[in-house]
Amino acid sequence: MKMTEKKPALPPNIRIIPRLDIKGPNLVKGIHLEGLRVLGKPNRFARAYYESGADELLYVDIVASLYGRENLLEIVEKTSREIFIPLTAGGGLRSLEDIQRILRAGADKVALNTAAIHRPELIREAARRFGSSTIVISIEAILRPDGTYEAYTDNGREKTGLDARLWAVRAAELGAGEILITSIDREGTGQGFDLELTRQVAESVPIPVLCCGGAGKVEHVAQAVTEGKAQAVCMASLLHYHFVKHHPLSDQFAEEINLAHLRNGGGSSRIQEVDIPVMKTHLRGRGIICRPANPITTTSLCASPS
Amino acid sequence: MPASKSDNNHFFMRVAIIDYGMGNLFSVQRACEQVGLDSVLATSPETVLAADGVILPGVGAFGDAMEALRQSGLADALCRVTQEDKPILGICLGMQLLMEESFEFGRHPGLGILKGSVIPLQESASSAGHFKVPHVGWSQIWRRSKPTAAVDTWKETPLQNLEDGAYMYFVHSFTVVPESDCSLSTTRYGQNEFCSSLARGNIFACQFHPERSGPQGLRIYQAWAAQLKKSGALL
Repeated sequence: MKMTEKKPALPPNIRIIPRLDIKGPNLVKGIHLEGLRVLGKPNRFARAYYESGADELLYVDIVASLYGRENLLEIVEKTSREIFIPLTAGGGLRSLEDIQRILRAGADKVALNTAAIHRPELIREAARRFGSSTIVISIEAILRPDGTYEAYTDNGREKTGLDARLWAVRAAELGAGEILITSIDREGTGQGFDLELTRQVAESVPIPVLCCGGAGKVEHVAQAVTEGKAQAVCMASLLHYHFVKHHPLSDQFAEEINLAHLRNGGGSSRIQEVDIPVMKTHLRGRGIICRPANPITTTSLCASPS
Repeated sequence: MPASKSDNNHFFMRVAIIDYGMGNLFSVQRACEQVGLDSVLATSPETVLAADGVILPGVGAFGDAMEALRQSGLADALCRVTQEDKPILGICLGMQLLMEESFEFGRHPGLGILKGSVIPLQESASSAGHFKVPHVGWSQIWRRSKPTAAVDTWKETPLQNLEDGAYMYFVHSFTVVPESDCSLSTTRYGQNEFCSSLARGNIFACQFHPERSGPQGLRIYQAWAAQLKKSGALL
């Protein structure tokens, strides 16, 4: 009825990607990638996000790079049995063998940061062996006084001297399939994405850009697309705090987590938590096209959104 | 639904997932498991020929994949499987490999099981937005015929349980142009309107990844499994 007529191109569909930071066996959330709080078991969050309409999931082991641990494998293996959307895993992956292992555990893509910066050829080798679409280059950037951005490694601890935008261009040339750009300045603050950083990178590379770090309300997500020109938007606190608030915890589960934090509702005054269906409805209302949440029952939403 | 693979005869349809050393086959295996199919990773022609149905997945470069398929003898095995009219499911690059030739970085002959070629997606930027290549993300698949048409072209195909306009997950830079009229669905991406799935005889192939397309994608596996069982009963 609709597809056979020619009409002006709709905007590209954007993706909503919950980001789950992992420390040991737990889902954690910090500010500027520091000051971590334990939120719970990652698989529980992952399953809920899958069921409520997440387009992909992103797991990042935020201590693996510092200590060389690989808790991620186990978590990825468990999650990938339960969810049927793309799963990206990153943190502490240093070699082709590391990438192979995490893919075998069930990840669809890997996010590389530190190892790729130390040895850019890894991108080319990994893209050749596993396919470009499997390799996501993660860039963590901090604003410099002159208005440019510098890429950091090890969760924003180590300077690299690399210009974030130029590094993104180089990574794309070497065969990266996507760029994940995180503003360390904004990460965990709820103040909104660094739109300038996102746009600079998105307009400089031919491959999709995933924007990360700073979402505090739904409007920030919309801005990442309209002003930041991102092809996908990652968020953590926004969704995690909503989940924690609305899902009563079992005692066994509660023992393992930061109770005081959760008694406060898990919220932060800057974060206006939201779930994925509400977020997507809001985005679609603003003319931003994305796959509707909960696609099984909402067939009416599957109609061409024009 | 059985939760794990077992060695007893609980699953009687055995599916060979072609493994030529590229990409993540785990999600394809998991989707098979979810719909009650017993799957094995096939690196040899014997495993492929012994199976009731074959899945040809794939990520990466067309030329490398064809090279690997030919060297391992899997290419010949696949052609024999089609002659025997066993069900084949081609996914993403696997769909493209079924065609006669690809124009990905030069010109490469494909398996030639289906008539047609593989051409690049066109990048486009307009006021509507920037359609980057590769196309990564969720897009809708549409019936080629009007839903009001007398014959439902998705009936008795793996798409039979889907609504027109269902969202599927895509990751690709190239797209298939089938010569004959075997296209089941089309998808739009910027200026491109391409064939996102096709069927001919017992072959079904899709450019998207049904195993990564949520519950809707699993319905495709479910319908394919039913088709497999039906065809197994006939053989």
